[in-house]
Amino acid sequence: MAFRDDWMRARAVAWKDLTAERRSKAGFNSVAALGITILVLFGFALGPDAEAIRAAAPGALWLAALFAGVLAFNRSYQVELEGGALDALLLFPGSRRSLFAGKLLANFVFVLLLVAIVVAASLVLFHVAVPPTWPAMLLVIFLGAVGLTTLGTFYAAMASRSRAREVLLPLLLFPMLVPVLLAAMEATKALLAGDVMRDARAWISLLVAYDAIFLSATFLAFDAVIEA
Amino acid sequence: MILEAPKPGRWAWFGWFSIVFLIAAQAISIAISPPDRDMGDLQKILYIHVPAAWNMGICYLLVAIYSLRYLWKRDERNDLVAASAAEVGTVLNGLTLALGMIWGRPTWGVWWTWDARLTSTLIMFLVFAGYLALRAFVEEPERRAQWSAAAGIFGAINYPVVYMSVRWWRTLHQVQSAPSTLDPAYTLSLRLNAFAILFLCIYFIRRRYEAALTERVAEQTLQAAVLGGAARG
Repeated sequence: MAFRDDWMRARAVAWKDLTAERRSKAGFNSVAALGITILVLFGFALGPDAEAIRAAAPGALWLAALFAGVLAFNRSYQVELEGGALDALLLFPGSRRSLFAGKLLANFVFVLLLVAIVVAASLVLFHVAVPPTWPAMLLVIFLGAVGLTTLGTFYAAMASRSRAREVLLPLLLFPMLVPVLLAAMEATKALLAGDVMRDARAWISLLVAYDAIFLSATFLAFDAVIEA
Repeated sequence: MILEAPKPGRWAWFGWFSIVFLIAAQAISIAISPPDRDMGDLQKILYIHVPAAWNMGICYLLVAIYSLRYLWKRDERNDLVAASAAEVGTVLNGLTLALGMIWGRPTWGVWWTWDARLTSTLIMFLVFAGYLALRAFVEEPERRAQWSAAAGIFGAINYPVVYMSVRWWRTLHQVQSAPSTLDPAYTLSLRLNAFAILFLCIYFIRRRYEAALTERVAEQTLQAAVLGGAARG
């Protein structure tokens, strides 16, 4: 029963966040526009040679997703802090983990949509062709988004309630995300090249391991972080 | 929880001992170890670079252990030890990187190379710089303790994953140094210096801990005075 109750609470929190996002749209639209802007800037830094741009596409698209995603993570708590909504949320009975799970779910949907837009934009801007291995590519996007969102949601719970949140979240988050970014970039690179060396598999298993480690660690540690 | 100010005890003597020990260890190793066939006297960097790297690992391990202890026992002193170990570890981490670069330039011909151990050491430096920034930006002691405990544990968990990922990405550094991979002429000096840095490290952690504890006691005293209570004896 307890698990079912937690799941219902998590779903309610996620639904509330997504509904607020869907009704205003301002948050998602601006973050998605920022993602595309970052891609364009990468194009200036790397281009205009088509071959160089295509080679850099996997790195550029994951970094664009990361830079834009960071804003979303801080926002997801910031909207709660206005008007003291977070305190009210914490007053509800039931475990705090369900609150984290809800936030995580909402942020995950947000990041997944963001990555979808960034990937679509990079297909056009970076002359990337859809690889024949696209189901594996979808898996990489899914696992990469889980990795970014898990620690992003966790650290944002701290950073958004501190002074200097704009600098603190990236400073804490980016070094911790190095394995996800490397694995996602390398897997993407391998898959876009047709995965002739069969090394995408190793990177995908690294993504799975990272996601499993930090999903469990964040769920264990969230109580300590949110109650303070 | 009301904290007690630390008593000075004999730590000052331990400090003098560790400084003298370090100077002696350096003098002995410079005197007895022959110049390396390829590197010449450049090899002497080994006696700080490698001990600093080892003790950095010990410091980060301490951060993880004391952070876990804090979350378990909720004793604020554990948090202060973790913070002190993180400070000393970050300094040793910076020292390892800087000396490695000074060593790499003449031997490898470059200041920096994107090899697994160099890169993961740099990333650990950034992770713990983030940890210290988190502590600096959060004032409320209990909140600071809980948040930095989580950040410290996560940083330590992340190290093997970072290392593996960068290693798969590319690799070039020589195998890890241990007394068994060295010519016997160098092992005694390396061991001596490893202990010298360890003692110094313990001393620094202790002093930083005392300073942090004293600061917290002063805060609590001030708070008690402002509230007008006779809370502190």
